[in-house]
Amino acid sequence: MTLLMSVRDITKYYGRYIGCAEVSFDLYPGEVMGVVGESGSGKSTLLNCLAGHLPPDRGEVLFDSRVDGPKDTLKMSEPERRMLGRTDWAFVHQNARDGLRMNVSAGGNVGERLMAVGARNYGDIRRQATQWLGRVEISETRIDDRPTTFSGGMQQRLQIARNLVTGPRLVFMDEPTGGLDVSVQARLLDLLRGLVRDMGLSAIIVTHDLAVVRLLADRLMVMKDGHVVEAGLTDQVLDDPQHAYTQLLVSSVLQV
Amino acid sequence: MEWGNSMTEYNFAYLDEQTKRMIRRAILKGLAIPGYQVPFASREMPMPYGWGTGGVQVSAAVLTPEDTLKVIDQGADDTTNAVSIRKFFERTAGVATTTATAEASVIQTRHRIPEEPLVEDQILVYQVPIPEPLRFLEPRETETRKMHSLEEYGPMHVKLYEDISRHGHIATAYAYPVQVEGRYMMDPSPIPKFDNPKMEMPAIQLFGAGREQRIYALPPYTKVVSLDFEDHPFDPSKAPHPCRLCGAEGAYLDEVITDDEGGRMFVCSDTDFCERRRAAGHEGAQA
Ligand SMILES: [Zn+2]
Repeated sequence: MTLLMSVRDITKYYGRYIGCAEVSFDLYPGEVMGVVGESGSGKSTLLNCLAGHLPPDRGEVLFDSRVDGPKDTLKMSEPERRMLGRTDWAFVHQNARDGLRMNVSAGGNVGERLMAVGARNYGDIRRQATQWLGRVEISETRIDDRPTTFSGGMQQRLQIARNLVTGPRLVFMDEPTGGLDVSVQARLLDLLRGLVRDMGLSAIIVTHDLAVVRLLADRLMVMKDGHVVEAGLTDQVLDDPQHAYTQLLVSSVLQV
Repeated sequence: MEWGNSMTEYNFAYLDEQTKRMIRRAILKGLAIPGYQVPFASREMPMPYGWGTGGVQVSAAVLTPEDTLKVIDQGADDTTNAVSIRKFFERTAGVATTTATAEASVIQTRHRIPEEPLVEDQILVYQVPIPEPLRFLEPRETETRKMHSLEEYGPMHVKLYEDISRHGHIATAYAYPVQVEGRYMMDPSPIPKFDNPKMEMPAIQLFGAGREQRIYALPPYTKVVSLDFEDHPFDPSKAPHPCRLCGAEGAYLDEVITDDEGGRMFVCSDTDFCERRRAAGHEGAQA
């Protein structure tokens, strides 16, 4: 099976401080990678380096793009990388406000990515937006409402619909359930799990919440002080942690 | 303001030669890259922003002593704004002025394109309040510049989508966005969308935004396409009735109040066009 993404030696310093160091891993199509750690562990820095939001000091990110096959996304020109960000890639922010246009209707939010890749038929765009609102359990009657009138959970579901409407192959998620009530989190996780499975999506999910990775991630990387201290199949890592730090995490001694 | 006292204190058309050269360079760059917003160092003019200081600086840079100038505001030659700009150039440049579209070599305008088709060798100068068509989507200048350079214009259709979802049709009636030569997204200034199709014309079109310090341009016969959807094509919307004064069909009309009882009628917004038609014997229902 061909790799979807191959990450080698990603290293990012902030001055003298380590953001993340020497991170390498492979991701297969349809696979979900979880990245856990405390705040400051480097997991968000890593995600932003991988998604092209932050230039790392070193390393390579080979991605099997639909158009050109495997390419180092860090060496791509900005137009190429931004195009990837609208087509093969998607990014779900922790704060839905960072990923939505709050002054644009729900339908417009979902439709934007379609229009960005050339959709020019209003009826088609509207149909797809309607269909996607349904898939993320938002009533069709809310299609013309702005996200400002939505609850936090609905905003997050709308952000997911907006990202998935163009059928990306890889979704980056930064604490997708962060800041939501526990019951809302559970519903969102369920929904995400269904979408990932149905669409055969690959994802890289950064979270401090072990319940999230337990439910969604096939494999897991545990980060501490910018380094990956343990990696493996999610169940193995969580049920039989080898590294002392992972053991602390799993035993909930650490308030992460 | 002392310019009434002595013309000799001022250079031709108010601006000094160095400033005019700087503005001309921006204009030439604008003509070379149609629709691209060229930054320029806007000068203080003896009139407030919002009174067309961008257009005035562009006009000042292109005027020669042999030119004949026409100034219109919403189609009319006789509004305070149009009159004061015309007087300004009469005094500072001593150029001839006219209200006749066909006699003018330079026309400065706010919010309209004259009804009478323009010809080669004419220059139409627009006063522009907000030059950036992406501003409503993205307040950051660095980001809009990037969107232009990468041709990331998909989100422009979001505005039209929102219009249709709210009103059932594209309700944007002024400053209707256009794409120039298949490349740059451009704000045509707050002209009615009725005027958009006229922008493919033989005359040179120059756009000046004073407060925002931008100049952009369309060379003659540039391709200018109004954005739309396949199933909601661009509609410049024709007036439903002829002008009450001159009977013109297919001209852009303004609704004017005719008496204290709330009487209204629709008449040409281009006052010179309307007067000329009436002088030539055309009559509307009112006449
Ligand atoms: Zn008339």
